[in-house]
Amino acid sequence: MIRRAAPLLSVFALLLVVWYVAAVWLNLDLARTLADDDATPRQIWLATLAQDRPLLPAPHQIIVEMWTSIFDHPVTSAKSLVLHAAVTAYAAALGLAIALVLGIVLAVGIVHVRTLDRSLMLWIIASQTVPILAIAPMVVVVLGNAGLTGVLPKALIAGYLSFFPIATGMVKGLRSPDPMQRDLMRTYSASGVQVFARLRWPASMAFLFPALKVAATLALVGAIVAELPTGAQAGLGARLLSGSYYGQTLQIWAALFMASLLALLAVALVDLLQLGLVRQRGGRL
Amino acid sequence: MSAGVALLLLAIFGPLGLALLSRGEGWAARVATPLLFGAMVLAAWQIVCVGFGVPSILLPAPSQIVVAFGTHLSTLGVDFVQTVLRAVLPGWAIGSAAGLLAALLLDRSAFLRRGVLPLGSLVSAMPVVGIAPIMVMWFGFDWQSKAAVVVVMTFFPMLVNALAGLESTGAMERDLMRSYGARDWQTMLKLRLPNALPFVFTALKLNSTLALIGGIVAEFFGTPIVGMGFRISTEVARMNLDVVWAEIVMAALVGSLSFAALALIERAVTFWHPSFRE
Repeated sequence: MIRRAAPLLSVFALLLVVWYVAAVWLNLDLARTLADDDATPRQIWLATLAQDRPLLPAPHQIIVEMWTSIFDHPVTSAKSLVLHAAVTAYAAALGLAIALVLGIVLAVGIVHVRTLDRSLMLWIIASQTVPILAIAPMVVVVLGNAGLTGVLPKALIAGYLSFFPIATGMVKGLRSPDPMQRDLMRTYSASGVQVFARLRWPASMAFLFPALKVAATLALVGAIVAELPTGAQAGLGARLLSGSYYGQTLQIWAALFMASLLALLAVALVDLLQLGLVRQRGGRL
Repeated sequence: MSAGVALLLLAIFGPLGLALLSRGEGWAARVATPLLFGAMVLAAWQIVCVGFGVPSILLPAPSQIVVAFGTHLSTLGVDFVQTVLRAVLPGWAIGSAAGLLAALLLDRSAFLRRGVLPLGSLVSAMPVVGIAPIMVMWFGFDWQSKAAVVVVMTFFPMLVNALAGLESTGAMERDLMRSYGARDWQTMLKLRLPNALPFVFTALKLNSTLALIGGIVAEFFGTPIVGMGFRISTEVARMNLDVVWAEIVMAALVGSLSFAALALIERAVTFWHPSFRE
């Protein structure tokens, strides 16, 4: 335990020190301009860590900002970070659900139908070299023109981004049983459906969960970026944008930390699901 | 009416053609099948847009996009220079190089490696594009802030992959180098670095997509009045969707061409790797 924790803690401590030094250094000009004429150097040094709109907020400022925006406002208030996180998480979860269905259906089709394999696989890979996040604003606006507003456009962007790891992971997973295992199924005279349900599907789970972790974080990124162009009122992306417009650095950093927390939470949730499945299967995935 | 018929014909004969083509073995059939599929999608798009009179503020037809690409070529060129050549390319190069250097440094110390690697996976789970507003605040509206976003986005994937690559050398091979009396730097240069190359290229390819995304999305947070991200967000607001689609086509071209170029270079440099040997 100590062997594992020591390096992590020392790197973390180093990071904190570097952060504080950088915060003092970056905010020094700002603190000098805003300080009273008779301020002592010591007061100016301290002021660098207590600016309202610092160039780089000190870590404790971000934590205080997160604390107040989470606990000091009712969840329904526009100032509550919980509300914004929930709005983004909802869109991301919906997108992930879409991606899960789409990715698995595509993968099953590709593994079983040769025509689909040959015609789709190249385009699925090509779809990821297109910077889809960059066209998120257009998707949101166009769907808005077509009468689709609210959470759905965001979820669709999140879904488009996250279907790729799921589809490719599942294709790999469904193909992972080796010829020996498939031959065994044939000697049992198993039907196609049985081979799928008893062999391919269970084997693919070991590939689904890592893919799901990547997909969950991608869905979150997609939901956040989808909130940027529409002037969305709520959501972490909206917080980032309004913070950027009004120079509220603390708000930006708090939203960023919240987004990271959400991502970690999503990964932990997938881990938990995986653990549940492993338990149910008697210790193996 | 005629559009409906055309669509129906396409829906019947298209899949039929695909099914026939995909039965073929050999190189030509493998290339032709996805191409035919792509052509079918384009044809269906064109028929629907023209035949059913879809307003171009919803979805311009492919032909309109091609025309827009031609008429706005000079704008596209300026945007390409601003976003790709000034921001994305330097950012990608600096971020990847820094990641590789950091991996070489971390490789010297198991202690640091155990401390930094969890941090790397933590960052890779974070929505890094979110730092764009902060970078705009630090480095101004011009390309410098976009390049900075790209640097941060590309650093960790390279670090994590390069470290995995450096670790991938087997104990047997290292022992052989030791029995040759090779020095540390010789082992690095002749054995471990070449061995890490496939991992490095994986990161470079991944980073090329990430860099393009970072460069364009960062422009949503403020830019001079030029650049692909700027053009996309303003022309969407002015309902000039054909220009937006032209930008998207360019982004797609840049993305897939750089990916393909990297794949070709990879093949040339790591020709000895098992995945390229027949």
